[in-house]
Amino acid sequence: MAPTPGPDRYDPVVGRPTLILGGHDFHSITEAVARPLERPTPPTWWLFFLPSVALLGLLGIAVSWLFWEGIGIWGLNIPVGWAWDITNFVFWVGIGHAGTLISAILFLFRQKWRTSINRAAEAMTIFAVMCALIFPGIHVGRVWVAYFMFPIPNQMGMWPNFRSPLLWDVFAVSIYGTVSVLFWYVGLIPDLATIRDRAITPLRQKIYGFFALGWRGSNRHWQHYEVAYLILAGLATPLVLSVHSIVSMDFAVSQIPGWHTTIFPPYFVAGAIFSGFAMVITLMVICRSAFGLKEIITIRHFDYMAKIILVTGSMVGYAYAMEFFIAWYSGNDYELFTFTNRAFGPYAWAYWTMITCNVVSPQVFWFKKARTSIPILFVMSIFVNIGMWFERFVIIVTSLHRDFLPSAWSYFRPTIWDVSCLLGSFGLFFTMFCLFVRFLPMVATAEVKTVLPQADPHAHPPPERTLVRDRLAEEGAR
Amino acid sequence: MKGLIGLMEAPLPEGPYYGALAEFATPADLYRACERVRDAGYSKWDAHTPFPVHGLEGAMGMKRSKLPWIVLALGLGGAATGFALQTWVHTTAYPLTISGKPLFTWPAFIPITFELGVLGGALGAVGGMLALNKLPMHHHPLFDVKRFSRFSDDGFFISIESWDPRFDASQTVRLLESAGASHVQLVENPK
Repeated sequence: MAPTPGPDRYDPVVGRPTLILGGHDFHSITEAVARPLERPTPPTWWLFFLPSVALLGLLGIAVSWLFWEGIGIWGLNIPVGWAWDITNFVFWVGIGHAGTLISAILFLFRQKWRTSINRAAEAMTIFAVMCALIFPGIHVGRVWVAYFMFPIPNQMGMWPNFRSPLLWDVFAVSIYGTVSVLFWYVGLIPDLATIRDRAITPLRQKIYGFFALGWRGSNRHWQHYEVAYLILAGLATPLVLSVHSIVSMDFAVSQIPGWHTTIFPPYFVAGAIFSGFAMVITLMVICRSAFGLKEIITIRHFDYMAKIILVTGSMVGYAYAMEFFIAWYSGNDYELFTFTNRAFGPYAWAYWTMITCNVVSPQVFWFKKARTSIPILFVMSIFVNIGMWFERFVIIVTSLHRDFLPSAWSYFRPTIWDVSCLLGSFGLFFTMFCLFVRFLPMVATAEVKTVLPQADPHAHPPPERTLVRDRLAEEGAR
Repeated sequence: MKGLIGLMEAPLPEGPYYGALAEFATPADLYRACERVRDAGYSKWDAHTPFPVHGLEGAMGMKRSKLPWIVLALGLGGAATGFALQTWVHTTAYPLTISGKPLFTWPAFIPITFELGVLGGALGAVGGMLALNKLPMHHHPLFDVKRFSRFSDDGFFISIESWDPRFDASQTVRLLESAGASHVQLVENPK
């Protein structure tokens, strides 16, 4: 039987539908991924890139003004000493976590479908961590002494306090960024060699060739490479769980009612993965149609991601409910007041926005129709990200604005500079992502090729194209 | 492929030839050919593939990678450095009593100890992988073979180097041809 291109192909070894559709072979995968980098810049790219750069410029202006004038340009007050700055920080770190989940945790669990999306998701992680790192850096007020955060020998004989979760955070997030870059780069090496070998100009050959390190696909190299990749995945898995746990300890270790809870570390990690997968869906819906990758990033990938969103969204919903239960069960008046105030006080609008976006809306993903509908996926992914931004806002601001003494109570209102910093961080993120899709292969071709049935050295040509269960049914009928 | 920015160059065997290069059509062909070359007793040879072919290290008769030991050493080194730094700062360099707690508060040092352990391990994994693979190596005789550039797309290759004691220009080529290669050629040493 001749190979039948299309969705009815089955992997002859495992007897499941192939992950990659359209009857691709090794060369056509290379073509599909590398060609967008080699053709002239499409006008639609500028349509995304220019607004992103404009927003990045807004960030530059907002941060410059902040350095000149001080953090008083934000809407912060006493007692709301943290607001959008730390909300944005936690939001962006959380976005990054889905990239590591896809690249590391799903790798350890041998989820082969990850190969189509892991490169772009890891890039998303790196850019999200870049956005995240801005906010702790600029929120300190006197940025010229930001080096106090690092253990640098100085003429004052002064050292940071290693017992503080805020310092753990400095180490956790910066090391997370470093390891994410290493992991991403190691994955890129073989694909950079592909782009080098197809180079259309000598300059491209030199630049890509320099970063490809002289990769020549040697199996003696692949052996160490695969071990390194596995170990990096093994290291990144506990790392990513520790990062958001430590971020949550910035709050949980303090004694503010609404922050001082033991549920925070797992609740934050689940929320991070939840929001990160939503961002992956947002980006992939655009990229797969813009770059003609619908056969590589298929509806099945979205189906799987939507299921993860449903699971983590339910975990987050459980955590919201459990916080209320503990507030009541603890018998602590301050705790109970904080949570009642959260749902019914001056910030009730923010709380119910969060609940609607994070708990109610993902419930549509119980239905396969919703999990496989691109418009629904896209809208839901935006909802989830709005909801997760509000979650951090609700945790931070509602817990602070009602201090222990009613005379200190206040209400936080963002200024134009709060808004500029948030929009500007999106500008940085999308500028980086636009540059990434323009200049680097956004699908890990070397990894995608390994999940094609013909990549197995024990595949027998011509491959059989029946499902195992169909074959068993046939045998049973006989 | 000439003229890439050179950082490290491959050492070259003596004689006119760098070695022999054979191309195979599929991973399955390559796998069986590797078994043949292994069983013929060659030691200085390699396979080149666009992606890691599952089980090929067995067909090539390779030993396990030593990389995990490098990672273990550097990971433990990172963790030990982190713990020592925090202990030294809080007990010796800058002793501050906070909330009447002891100076050596080791449980509070665990998160940063862990993070630095991960950093050491990750740097060890990447640095160790590059060192064991002798990368970066921007110049290599195989890059002069035009056909070889397909290794990063859909080509599967075996290269046998001429300093292998069993290397013999005509016999090695014949072995590769009989092992199912779609194309075999000798690679000259660059002048």
